[in-house]
Amino acid sequence: MTQSLLNNVSTLKETASQTAGPYVHIGLAPKEAGFDIFEKNFTNVLAKPGTAGERITIEGRVIDGSGTPVRDVLLELWQANAAGRYNHPADTQNKPLDPDFRGWGRACSDFETGLYRFDTVKPGAVEGRNGRLMAPHVNLWIVARGINIGLSTRMYFSDETDANSKDPVLNLIEWEVRRKTLIGQREQRGTQVVYTFDIRLQGEGETVFFDI
Amino acid sequence: MTETNVRAAEYIQRDWTAHPPAYTPGYKTSVLRSPKNALISLQNSLSEITGPVFSSDELGPLDHDLIMNYAKTGLPIGERIIVHGFVRDEHGRPVKNALVEVWQANAGGRYRHKKDQYIAPIDPNFGGCGRMLTDANGYYYYRTIKPGPYPWRNKVNDWRPAHIHYSLSGDGIAQRLITQMYFEGDPLIPTCPILRSIPNEEAIRALIAPQDTQAFIALDSRAYRFDITLRGARATLFENRVVGAQS
Repeated sequence: MTQSLLNNVSTLKETASQTAGPYVHIGLAPKEAGFDIFEKNFTNVLAKPGTAGERITIEGRVIDGSGTPVRDVLLELWQANAAGRYNHPADTQNKPLDPDFRGWGRACSDFETGLYRFDTVKPGAVEGRNGRLMAPHVNLWIVARGINIGLSTRMYFSDETDANSKDPVLNLIEWEVRRKTLIGQREQRGTQVVYTFDIRLQGEGETVFFDI
Repeated sequence: MTETNVRAAEYIQRDWTAHPPAYTPGYKTSVLRSPKNALISLQNSLSEITGPVFSSDELGPLDHDLIMNYAKTGLPIGERIIVHGFVRDEHGRPVKNALVEVWQANAGGRYRHKKDQYIAPIDPNFGGCGRMLTDANGYYYYRTIKPGPYPWRNKVNDWRPAHIHYSLSGDGIAQRLITQMYFEGDPLIPTCPILRSIPNEEAIRALIAPQDTQAFIALDSRAYRFDITLRGARATLFENRVVGAQS
């Protein structure tokens, strides 16, 4: 049979990714670039005064293959509300939506320290594929100069040992030693609950990234 | 089969041959910022097929007009252009209500950013960013000044072709994309290390916007057309779970 008799279903090709570059702040967080242009800005504060759930901070650094913090990174966080439901029409789980919670935010690492931070609430567990419950987690997307295509990962919570041990996604990671790269470590700082989550782009302790 | 069996769509597996790999030594910054391990492939769950939904009341009336949205004492300097196009998925379906965010250098190739030290001057009347939502047909448009090329530290005499950065948020976070649009005929395109990080000529061509003479505004602005394709969703038509059985 000749090769020319093989027909292909025609689809469009996804547009190629390109790096966000060093000046990503101009477009996605102009105040960080050093100027004020939009009336309303997207921020790293997801929790509003009326939002239901435990107030938490997620904080950490993105670290390159030399061990140096990346200080020009932008992260986006997407999560379910405290009841475990995403604020999106495709989520039809029988759980309440929270009118005071979108579940999405955007943060930039500090230009000096490299620290990023989100102020949010702890999400509830969400139903995974075929009805298997996923442990509570937040979804993170990371872009920066030198990152050619945005990196997707998840942060799970250190105080959810039991749920984490049954999580279908964590269990998909063949190397148990790598699963711990996805666990944010809980600590109490005064009245604040902080989860520390460092993301290692390369080398020892490299964070697990997903093809989603 | 009833409609209730049709569940929210998951996305077709990404075609990685259309994208730059993480490690592209010609673009030096990628060397220490590229994961070495293989990505773990996930079948989509609610976490990936959902994403933030944006509404027009979050945007201002001039957010898509880069000529006017930072004009302080007069109009910005440079060539006036319209950029427009459609955001579709891999099946050619329009992606409605997608958030399109753009940013760019000014006509001299200088960014309004505290870390940009290039000698070309800041334009006091140009911010360099804009944003808009696609309409029911996936259509978007904005007005701006054509950006200039500029030098950057990669090799010592590397120059970026003129480009506009794009960020796209579609229906689910699995569609999230950042890219750059280039201008037809720019002689810096063939040697750009960032463009050359893409191993596929067809994919590179798709980032080069042709001039669109029919969309010119007479005695005012030229126009470029830039269509964008995000990942396509498929319907999950069948469930494998037996109702009442232990999962």
